[in-house]
Amino acid sequence: MSTVFVTVGTTSFNVLIETVMSEEVTQVLSALGYKKLVLQVGRGSVLPGPDSRSGLLVHAFRFKDSIAEDIRDADLVISHAGAGSCLETLGAKRPLLVVVNDRLMDNHQLELAKQLHSESHLLYCTCSTLTQTLRTMDLSALTPFLPGQPQNFARFLDQALGLHRE
Amino acid sequence: MMAIFWGVISGIYFVVFIFAIRLLIVVRKGSECKPGKKGSVSLLVVAGSGGHTTEVLRLVESLSQAYSPRHYVIADTDKMSEDKIRTLETSKNEMDAQPKFTIHQIPRSREVLQSWSSSILTTLNALFYSVPLVFKLRPDMVLCNGPGTCVPLCVAGLVLGALGVKKVLIVYVESICRVETLSLSGKILYHLSDYFFVQWSTLKDKYPRSIYIGRIV
Repeated sequence: MSTVFVTVGTTSFNVLIETVMSEEVTQVLSALGYKKLVLQVGRGSVLPGPDSRSGLLVHAFRFKDSIAEDIRDADLVISHAGAGSCLETLGAKRPLLVVVNDRLMDNHQLELAKQLHSESHLLYCTCSTLTQTLRTMDLSALTPFLPGQPQNFARFLDQALGLHRE
Repeated sequence: MMAIFWGVISGIYFVVFIFAIRLLIVVRKGSECKPGKKGSVSLLVVAGSGGHTTEVLRLVESLSQAYSPRHYVIADTDKMSEDKIRTLETSKNEMDAQPKFTIHQIPRSREVLQSWSSSILTTLNALFYSVPLVFKLRPDMVLCNGPGTCVPLCVAGLVLGALGVKKVLIVYVESICRVETLSLSGKILYHLSDYFFVQWSTLKDKYPRSIYIGRIV
C-alpha cells in the first residue's frame, strides 16, 4: 500500500501535523495515489487518532525506538529538517520532502537540509507551501545521496600516523 | 616581604609562560608524531550522544585492528551510546576472544540548551574528571566529532603533551550536519587539534587549516 510517513523526530511541530492532516493536503496525497498516512508526532500536542481522511488510512504515534522500518515501508517521507531524520531517510533511499519550521530560524540543523536540497537530494518547503509543493513535485528529479567514505578517513590516518597496511 | 611576594608572582608567571610555550610546541608538532611506527595506536574515542555517537562509531568501524586498545568515553547520562559501542565492538572482535576495549564515563560538560555561564562550570567539572582519566589511559590519539565532552578530554591530552609525559594526537572530525559554520567544540578545537577534518568544501574554504577529503561518515 502506497504510504506517506511524516516524522518530526524528538521535536514538537504541531503546525506540520495539522497541515498534513488538513483536508487540502490529504486530498492532494490521495489524488497522488497514496493510501496510507503514518505520523510520528514526537513531543507535539497534536496526536491524531486512527482515522480515515479523504480515503487515506491514518495512523499516528509519538515515539519508537527505531523508525527505520517506517521509513523503509514509506514511498514518501515528509520530515522536519533534523539531520538525523534527513540522513536516515536518504540512507534508506526514500524520496524526502523536508518541511522547515520557520519558527526556528537559526537552527543550525537547517544548514544540512539546505545543502542537501541544493544538491537535489531532497525537496524543501514550509508548512504554507506544502500543498503547492506536493502538487508540483517531481520525485524522479531527485538524485541519490551516496554514503560517505569512512575508508578514506582510515587510509589518511594510517599514512599520517605512520601505520603500514598489510 | 614585598620582594618575596613579587618573587613568587613572577615565578608563577614564569612557569605559566614556559607551560604556554610548551603547549604551543606540542600543538605545532603533531605531524611529526608517528605513533603507528610501533605497530599499534591506542585510541580514545569520545562518544557524545545520539547522532554524534553514530557518526564517530562509523569512523571507528573503518579503522583497522592496529588501532588498539580502544577506550571509549561517554557522558554519564547516556546509555544508548554504550549499547551502540558494545554492538560495534562485538562485530569488530569476532575473530578475537580478548576484548580490546574499555568504556569510561565522565560527567556531561554541556547539556543541550544549557546556558553559557553554567556550561563553563560543568566543563571545568568535566575537566577535573578528564585529566586523571587521560593520564591513566595515555592514548596515542583522541578521536572526537563535536560533543561538548570532547573539549575537556582534548585539553587533558594537551596537558599530557605539555608536561612532556606523552604527545597525544588530537583528531577532530566535524559532524556532517555542519555545512557552513563550525560547532562550538569545533571552533575551539580547530586551534588545538593535530588533524581537523570537515565534510563540506564550504567549511574548508573558511577554515584553510582543515582537511577535506569528501564525506567520511
